[in-house]
Amino acid sequence: MSANPSLSLNLIEDIRQLTTFPFMVNALEAGTIVAVVAAVAGWYMVLRRQAFSGHTLSVMAFPGATGAALIGIPTSLGYYIACAAAALTLGGTGRARTSSRAAETAAVGTIQATGLAAGFLFLSLNHQVLGGPETLLFGTFLGISRGQVLVLLLVAAGALAALAVCARPLLLATLDRELARAGGLPVAALDVGFLLILAAAVATTSQITGALLVFALLVAPPAAAQKITIRPLPSLALSVAFALLVVWLGLGIAYFSPYPVGFWTTTLAFGLYVLAAGSRRLARG
Amino acid sequence: MFAHEFVRNAYLAGTFVGLACGVVGWLVVLRAQVFAGDALSHVAFVGAIGAAVLGFDVRAGLFTLTIAVALGMAALGRRGEVDDTVIGIVFAWILGIGILLITLLATGSHGGNGLAATNTLFGSIFSLSSGQALVAALIGLAVSLAVAIAFRPLLLSTLDSELAVLRGLRVRALAAGFLVALAIVTAESTQAVGALLLLGLIAAPAGAAHQLTGRPYAGLAVSAAVAIAAVWGGLALSYAIPSLPPSSAIIGLAAGAYAVAVASARARRGAPATG
Repeated sequence: MSANPSLSLNLIEDIRQLTTFPFMVNALEAGTIVAVVAAVAGWYMVLRRQAFSGHTLSVMAFPGATGAALIGIPTSLGYYIACAAAALTLGGTGRARTSSRAAETAAVGTIQATGLAAGFLFLSLNHQVLGGPETLLFGTFLGISRGQVLVLLLVAAGALAALAVCARPLLLATLDRELARAGGLPVAALDVGFLLILAAAVATTSQITGALLVFALLVAPPAAAQKITIRPLPSLALSVAFALLVVWLGLGIAYFSPYPVGFWTTTLAFGLYVLAAGSRRLARG
Repeated sequence: MFAHEFVRNAYLAGTFVGLACGVVGWLVVLRAQVFAGDALSHVAFVGAIGAAVLGFDVRAGLFTLTIAVALGMAALGRRGEVDDTVIGIVFAWILGIGILLITLLATGSHGGNGLAATNTLFGSIFSLSSGQALVAALIGLAVSLAVAIAFRPLLLSTLDSELAVLRGLRVRALAAGFLVALAIVTAESTQAVGALLLLGLIAAPAGAAHQLTGRPYAGLAVSAAVAIAAVWGGLALSYAIPSLPPSSAIIGLAAGAYAVAVASARARRGAPATG
């Protein structure tokens, strides 16, 4: 940091310091967008017990970015293409088609490994462009442009709108597949549709947090919210609030400390989940 | 090709890593614990970085942290089966610690250029020394034997845990022991195929075996055979085509075998069931 930020007891002064530099404003705006979309999509993901699929989608950022560098298209386009392709493959081989959970995890694991292997191949074919895979995996929270913020906003709005449209059928299909099918809902199409929405959310988030740390936002806030209440609307709202808290605090602390944003956000998210799980255990007595 | 020592070392280590991944993987898939293996492979990566920061032996760091997290997972879950959500939360946090360690490594006196991290992530099977290859082979063989010895109780406790409890089996201890075996395979394979690509050797050959046969011993054999064949073929391919990294070639072959197995299983069942 150029201006040697120093934390004071004056909260207003601290916030003024945080928003002095355009890069911090961009990071805060992008972080806010990402937190909302990750918390909402993640809420369904946790409810549907698809954390493994979500993680698989999140590592698709790696082949996406390296592939994009190889053929010379914008990185974020590569992210979206790779994530969407993985979502369709997961939808084709996953839940709808396989009878058992065992077969599902094998399919998801194989798809993930294949994506990573492809990413590594792209990287080795194209050594000079990328400094190292770590930046891809762990994100660059602090190098976000205005244009990126705008793209994030559009994709996030699209994903949230799509989720809002199918919110109720998706909830029913998640909680009781048989009932949903008997009620005439296209359960298989909902599965694939949700994976595509999740892919959009993950591709968006991973541009900011890095492929590996998407998880902190996608899993922990929704899981903490579901520990506290399972009524859909309050739980969703709580999930968004938790994610915002994690991102804002994480960015704020990282600004004043020498350690990376990824460490602070994951630690805050983990702490939040532990608190929520602990408080529920206490409340149960 | 075998005139080169590094190729011989790669084949020695790769064969037994493949065997261990195939054998352990068959049970991992049966127990639907692929995500746990995935998480452990990321943990192994963080363990290696942590060891580099603290100046320990990388292998010691890998094994210590991976086994510790495996035991933690076993303790958290009911009957040693852990919820995917909990796995996701815990390993996201461990990765967060990993990025902190990378920052420390990059700014510290070690002057890390990221090469060590890249090798841990994606493996460097062609750069093993003969001593390292021998250790990898021995560990792979030992884990395979241990799982083979405990195979019947593990199978019973997976398929019918109530019956296993009635028979006097200690289901929790078995589950914890199995996760530790998985952790050892993960930590060891990290050296060969890399933390991120290890998953393919656990999931794909075993997934293929489960598609092809439901009989346990036949499945175990098919899984191990596919894993070893993928390693052998992948190493040869990568030797022939220098720009193809060995890990990518191995995983590509394993995933290809899985795709073929799924397709043939669907063809045998007739039209695939609709959602």
